[in-house]
Amino acid sequence: MSAALIIVEPSENSYKDIQEALIFAEPGDVVRLTGGTFVIEDGLSLDIPGVKIEGEGMDASILEFSNQKSGAQGLLVTSDNVTLQDFAVVNAKGDAIKSKGANNISFIRVKTEWTGGPNTTNGAYGLYPVESENILIDDCVAIGASDAGIYVGQSINIIVKNSFVKHNVAGIEIENSFYADVYGNLAEENTGGILVFDLPDLPQQGGHHVRVFNNKVINNNTPNFAPEGNIVGEVPSGSGIMVMANSHVEVFENRIENNGTTGIAVVSYADDYEDKSYYPHPRSIQIHNNEYINNGKNPDVESNELAKLLFELSNGEMPDIFWDGVVPISQMVFGQNQEDKMIIDEDGSPTIITLDPIKYILPLLDPVKRDINEFSGNIKPLKAVELNEVL
Amino acid sequence: MKFFKSFFLIISLLSIPLTAINKQAHIEGKFFSKLSDYHFFKDLTNQIPVDEVLPYQLQSELFSDYTHKQRFVYVPPTMKVPHEKNKVFMFPVGSVLIKTFSYQNTISELAPQLLETRLLIHSEGGWKAVSYIWNEDQSEAYLSLVGGTIQTSFSDKNGNIISVRYKAPNKNQCKECHQINASLTPIGPKARNMNLTLYYDGKPQNQLAKWHDLGWIDQDIDFMKMINYSSFNENIGDRARAYLEINCAHCHIPGGAADTTGLYLMLEETNKKSLGFYKKPVAAGKASFNLKYSIVPKKPNQSILLRRMESMDPGIMMPESGRALKHTEGIEVISEWINSL
Repeated sequence: MSAALIIVEPSENSYKDIQEALIFAEPGDVVRLTGGTFVIEDGLSLDIPGVKIEGEGMDASILEFSNQKSGAQGLLVTSDNVTLQDFAVVNAKGDAIKSKGANNISFIRVKTEWTGGPNTTNGAYGLYPVESENILIDDCVAIGASDAGIYVGQSINIIVKNSFVKHNVAGIEIENSFYADVYGNLAEENTGGILVFDLPDLPQQGGHHVRVFNNKVINNNTPNFAPEGNIVGEVPSGSGIMVMANSHVEVFENRIENNGTTGIAVVSYADDYEDKSYYPHPRSIQIHNNEYINNGKNPDVESNELAKLLFELSNGEMPDIFWDGVVPISQMVFGQNQEDKMIIDEDGSPTIITLDPIKYILPLLDPVKRDINEFSGNIKPLKAVELNEVL
Repeated sequence: MKFFKSFFLIISLLSIPLTAINKQAHIEGKFFSKLSDYHFFKDLTNQIPVDEVLPYQLQSELFSDYTHKQRFVYVPPTMKVPHEKNKVFMFPVGSVLIKTFSYQNTISELAPQLLETRLLIHSEGGWKAVSYIWNEDQSEAYLSLVGGTIQTSFSDKNGNIISVRYKAPNKNQCKECHQINASLTPIGPKARNMNLTLYYDGKPQNQLAKWHDLGWIDQDIDFMKMINYSSFNENIGDRARAYLEINCAHCHIPGGAADTTGLYLMLEETNKKSLGFYKKPVAAGKASFNLKYSIVPKKPNQSILLRRMESMDPGIMMPESGRALKHTEGIEVISEWINSL
């Protein structure tokens, strides 16, 4: 069986032309989108493994969904060994590109954008792989998502690199996932730059082994425009990097600059949950060799409870690094397990605030601690993610 | 004598491929290009099935833009249809489920309109789903792997003419709803959703009893009670759960297309959080309507689940596919239920 090249040009029937190509494609085939704007009214989907969809460039081959009438996303991929490259999905009514249960999926030089700027009515996610293994997102652009520009959820083995995320609520979000490397990205003018979250009551939880390094996380001060009810709606504007309820997260060699609330926040999941197997506190977090420039100078005290609390506790001196200090009650009394403790090894003496939860609960005691040396220790680097061939 | 006998035998053998159901094709999972090629119907346009094809009905059915649905099942001769509690009947290889969508337009000047006939074929390689779209003169339906958009009008129960952009699903969309884990499966024909009386040759008989008479199923099969959600005499909780089961649970089930949300709406689900009670959305985006929970007891307007049923925005609406109109009656059931909690 020899691979075919199927070329699709913009036409009056762009949806039908592309969808037919995606349905009749065989493994190994390439569906080529020529340059131009494809006006699409219904959500597209690919379910054939081993197919590549490629355009002539993210600014040349545009799938335009402003008139979308059906489909919860612009493009849905549900097959393995798929590559998407060199095209854009613009103004989808829901998510832009979702892949579910699609192993070995690569997004290369793909752009997703809502062109009207940050807006609550924009779709939730730009690039949205979920429940997948072996995900590569390389050299992509995601702009304007009302949740996360690049969102990887409930997945295993993930690389997100060299991408540009702007004007999203979360620039890049790794959620309930295992083994992720996030590096070489520019996260600029989002509400929060890069988030590593774990949430309860989901099929895959207990996120762990995530490395966030060599990124530029700059000016993430866009007011939070997520619709309420979504977890990212609780992220303060001005957040650089935020780690919630994950274990084994290594944040290093990032440039974290001009984020108005705080550079790095490490927090517990604060809401109630039913799932007894869920662990709401961050563990084994390592922070080292980052560069901190001018963070915490414009905290989101007007609209965000967490920022407001931190502002009050710190007397207005917002830190580069914040840890909420919340641990299980037994550990409040007897101390954390050695291997669970956060380790910070920074050269530039960033400011830090952590809270003593016992003092926080009791009246008249100052719960704020500012001693970074409390977290000194030897960094144990996590292994690099290697994407496996899954066949 | 002998001569005549073999002569007739030859004639009858020859006639089999012309009129009989082609079991081998089903087993191989082949799709014919025309619906008539399957020989399921004596009268295609009037949807009169051949003797081997049995009509069936469901208590509660999926809302599909107010279309009327006629359902038929073909089971290869002498085969059994095993049953497992709470599961879809395990139709043997070679079986076919047939469902025709139409607007009957009984109380208007509009002519009745057949839209599409969907087949679920149980081949050796598993279930395969495919749609046939009817032609304009309603004489034939043609294979459509890429689906289709049918812009049309129909008359509702009050005789109002409603315009609709009806979507026949493409192959991938069939799978989105019919897939659990890696395999395709039927959705509707569960014993609990088929415990009702039909007329067979004018005689009333319980559908499951009929299937027993045909030798398909055992007499005493165990199933949960499920009712018709349209039935006003029933308890609102039972109506709502029946509605969610048949309209939502094919995706909102572990292994289904919406399992990433942790919102599970099967009839047998008992965990209130999984059912949406005070459950936060996971990846809803603007579909949260700035609300906190899927279901807030006594507060339908604050329940995301209901708001998404009411929406017509493709980025918000539930179900994600299969409807281009609001299901007013379904919204009423769920609203009344949430109010009653």
